[in-house]
Amino acid sequence: MQQKDVLPMKPEAATKPAAATAEKLHITGSEAVIRSLIAEDVKTIFGYPGGAIMPIYDALYDFQDEVHHILVRHEQGATHAAQGYARTSGKVGVVFATSGPGATNLVTGLADAYMDSTPMVCITGQVAAHLLGTDAFQETDVIGITIPITKWNIQVTRAEDIPGAIAKAFYIAASGRPGPVLVDITKNAQVAKFDFEYSKCEYIRSYHPVPKLNNEAVKSAAALINEAKRPYILCGHGVLLAGAEKELIALSEKAGIPIASTLLGLSAVPVDHPNYVGFLGMHGNYAPNIKTDECDVVIAVGMRFDDRVTGDVTKYVKQAKVIHIEIDAAEINKIITAEVGVHADAKTALQALLPLVKAAKHDEWIAGFREADKQEEEKVNRRELYPTEGALKMAEVVRLISERTAGKAVLVTDVGQHQMIASRYYRFKDPNTNITSGGMGTMGFSLPAAMGAKMGAQEKEVVAVIGDGCFQMTLQELGTIYQSQIGVKIVILNNNFLGMVRQWQQLFHDKRYSSTEMTNPDFVQIAKGFYIPGKKVTDRADIVAAIDEMISHDGAYLLEVVVEKEDNVFPMVPAGAPIANIRLE
Amino acid sequence: MQKEYTITVYTEDRIGITNRITVIFTRRRINITSLTTAPTEIEGVYKFIITVLAERSLLDKVVGQIERLVEIHRAFVHDEDEVVYQELALYKISTKALKNGSIEKLIRENAARILTITDEYFVLEKTGHQEELIALQAKLAPYGLIEYSKSGRVAIVKWSRRFHDHLKNLSEQEADDLAEVDYTHGQPGSHQAESI
Repeated sequence: MQQKDVLPMKPEAATKPAAATAEKLHITGSEAVIRSLIAEDVKTIFGYPGGAIMPIYDALYDFQDEVHHILVRHEQGATHAAQGYARTSGKVGVVFATSGPGATNLVTGLADAYMDSTPMVCITGQVAAHLLGTDAFQETDVIGITIPITKWNIQVTRAEDIPGAIAKAFYIAASGRPGPVLVDITKNAQVAKFDFEYSKCEYIRSYHPVPKLNNEAVKSAAALINEAKRPYILCGHGVLLAGAEKELIALSEKAGIPIASTLLGLSAVPVDHPNYVGFLGMHGNYAPNIKTDECDVVIAVGMRFDDRVTGDVTKYVKQAKVIHIEIDAAEINKIITAEVGVHADAKTALQALLPLVKAAKHDEWIAGFREADKQEEEKVNRRELYPTEGALKMAEVVRLISERTAGKAVLVTDVGQHQMIASRYYRFKDPNTNITSGGMGTMGFSLPAAMGAKMGAQEKEVVAVIGDGCFQMTLQELGTIYQSQIGVKIVILNNNFLGMVRQWQQLFHDKRYSSTEMTNPDFVQIAKGFYIPGKKVTDRADIVAAIDEMISHDGAYLLEVVVEKEDNVFPMVPAGAPIANIRLE
Repeated sequence: MQKEYTITVYTEDRIGITNRITVIFTRRRINITSLTTAPTEIEGVYKFIITVLAERSLLDKVVGQIERLVEIHRAFVHDEDEVVYQELALYKISTKALKNGSIEKLIRENAARILTITDEYFVLEKTGHQEELIALQAKLAPYGLIEYSKSGRVAIVKWSRRFHDHLKNLSEQEADDLAEVDYTHGQPGSHQAESI
């Protein structure tokens, strides 16, 4: 049952300014933009200037000590960098772009952030208000374009509306189910002067990001869990977004429940936790997929039953009762009908659930996963992770990166075979160390995302694992990495193919390799052109030393690893098939 | 099974809100058959009344996705028996038709009224359900119907009292706990005990 129970903020909180400036400043809209961002504790902006946003960049010039602007090489790069930044820092990622093409270049990143619930505020310049709708130079209807791919957007045509719009933007982007917000500011509003005053937004009367917990639903959920013989936790991105990793593990340990993870839920639970059973979905682990058909109660936490997880949805968890814990009411009963829907963020729900759940053990049920693991181990993992002859394999490279970083690096992956391999074999230890493009599957995501991730967590090792195809979609950001001296480690797993598409062509299109073979450039030379040192490895004998050299290098480094040309990722659930049809070879 | 449903959406007054709502129907490939929007009795709150031909289970999901929008207060799907609704049509007819005595009977029987008469044409107004309005159109055709124009649906929800009380409180910045408003998606009838 889905109920929209909401607990709005008290109205006193709504009217009380949280961070009002002592006296009113008479300043331009542009300066107001920068001062508003500073009031929101923004330290880093990813952006690219242009005609319609020049007044804002001019104002930024006076605040260089307070706000660090990273000049990217393409606006798409700014959005992915902001996403990476948001995921490691836990803050809202901020992007600047100009009107027209600057704004349209944000579209992919906005859509990606919307799908993967990443908090982001994009500020775009726009032509002067009197030119709106006239097809003026570099005018585009960015509001219209981004309605379906933003959590909220707004066009501001008057300077005095800027602080309010930015305050709402940050509040909306970060609260509830996070997401991207776009604020489009016309040039006249940027240059006009007004009396600036900033108050953080804490309440919008039509928006209720903190649902009131339905205690009855929590009780029903606990009752289901207490009666379950084979309960099963599916951990999604919502666990990380709510910071509910400890609560999830506590539930699992108290009630003896195995935990599997979605792609974006990876790193919430350490891979070596005894109750962690693996990665769900099309190219996930064998046991967590096959056992989905055997559980009797599913506890889905902060996940949305993507088709890559469910396979044929008409045959998915038919035998089980589903408890769906989810902050976004629209996700409950969207794909899977829940026996119990708990409309709350993962932390609130799990904290309420924990005391009601009885201590239990399901050792035999968990042992069943380990038994199933043996099949995957035998048929897939062993030869993937520890090959002794032939070309290097992606999996062994990922295993070595995982070992040499002790599973503590932030792993940023792109999209395709290398992404699935890295997600399968990297042994995550700490939360928020997996950054990837999940829902959108945006090729070209990881190089800029890794830059942002490093900016958001300077103390951490950030390793981008990228395919040769993906790398060439956004390699211009090497320029940003060089200019801003961002110490990311870049590993290109080069099979000279668009590997995942080629795999599908092999399996489902009679090996008709239509437009998937790549004739690649010299990646190390390219890096060299950006003054980034690098190395190319083709032999198994050289790989460990090369990875160590990369990790010990102070600053950015590119390692190209030539891997087996026609390798396939297994296990695999063919698209649209029930997960029972998972193939190991 | 596809059926005609009325969807009501309560929104903030903001440019582009129509676009935000309709794009959700477009994504699901649902054709909007009529759309009426107007301010409500509560300041700053607009009501959209949308009619669609679709399956209930799909509409429950669509309404959830509409409610997710920041500037939407609530959205509901209503079965035909949950709403009192009315539509309005205007019929422009050649004045010559008035010479034919039988049109008077037609006007009376249909409780239609004449809004204006010129030498050339007169305009007839009728309110009712879509079928009635279309039926009159067919009957007027032989009299020289020049033009026909029909409104979208306006609807009043039979069990709307508690929700509207809540909305009134909103306008006074005294946001109530919405949980008290026991409107649940996909459960027509569950709230009727709470009605006026």
